[in-house]
Amino acid sequence: MDLDTTLLIVSAAIFSLGVAGVLTRRNALIIFMSIELMLNAVNIAFVSFSHQLHSLDGQLFVFFVMTVAAAEAAVGLAIIVAIFKIKKTVDVYELRLLQG
Amino acid sequence: MDWLVYIFSGIAIASALMVITRKNPIVSALYLALTLFAVAGLFVIFEAYFIAAVQVLVYAGAVMVLFIFVIMLLNLEPEKYRISVFRAPRVISVIAAITLFGSFAAVFFYNRVTGTVGLETPDAVAQAGGYLPAISTKLFTHYLLPFEVTSVLLLVAMVGVVVLAKRVV
Repeated sequence: MDLDTTLLIVSAAIFSLGVAGVLTRRNALIIFMSIELMLNAVNIAFVSFSHQLHSLDGQLFVFFVMTVAAAEAAVGLAIIVAIFKIKKTVDVYELRLLQG
Repeated sequence: MDWLVYIFSGIAIASALMVITRKNPIVSALYLALTLFAVAGLFVIFEAYFIAAVQVLVYAGAVMVLFIFVIMLLNLEPEKYRISVFRAPRVISVIAAITLFGSFAAVFFYNRVTGTVGLETPDAVAQAGGYLPAISTKLFTHYLLPFEVTSVLLLVAMVGVVVLAKRVV
């Protein structure tokens, strides 16, 4: 198994760990961190493809993914802080405002 | 140099596992920072030097600091309740994640990437004056429009965050 395929399988592993984190945890901040793990795994896959195909387009797309991820993390954390001010909890089992 | 890839990959996957399993959110955040550093090391091995630098600066340096600020601001404590892992929804989630990994790994293991090979072979990059001139030329000529759009996106995100976090008077 050559190194590029190893990197792709590492990307798949980290993505699956992120998915397991999102589906399993109750704390909204840890769910957020798992989403960041998933985005990072996609970045790893892009870098592996860029290395295999001798193209810098993959790395530039990683640059844009990172920018969007940073903006999304900031906005998501602001939403969590705003919810915490009202509900005093970040437990997603308690945050069922849209239910019923 | 193969063992370097395996070491960094092992650190990245082990820390990612620690991120999703710890009770204390600060510990999870620190393990996530470790994952990001290990991934930056992987980027350097695969010759994505600019991306490795941006990862350490932006992801591990700004986003993780933001996470830790918010955890400390909300004063979150370690989870007190003992969550049983063997509840049905959790077991199904873990099995689903393992199945997802299995399908990805099978696809990547048994197939090779085919497609038009790009132009930036190592000779072409050396001819363009090195890695940094090659990637910066590409960023500011072919990808100028996405670059400007991301700057607008960051402005919108900044305005949104300020509006959301403002104290409602």
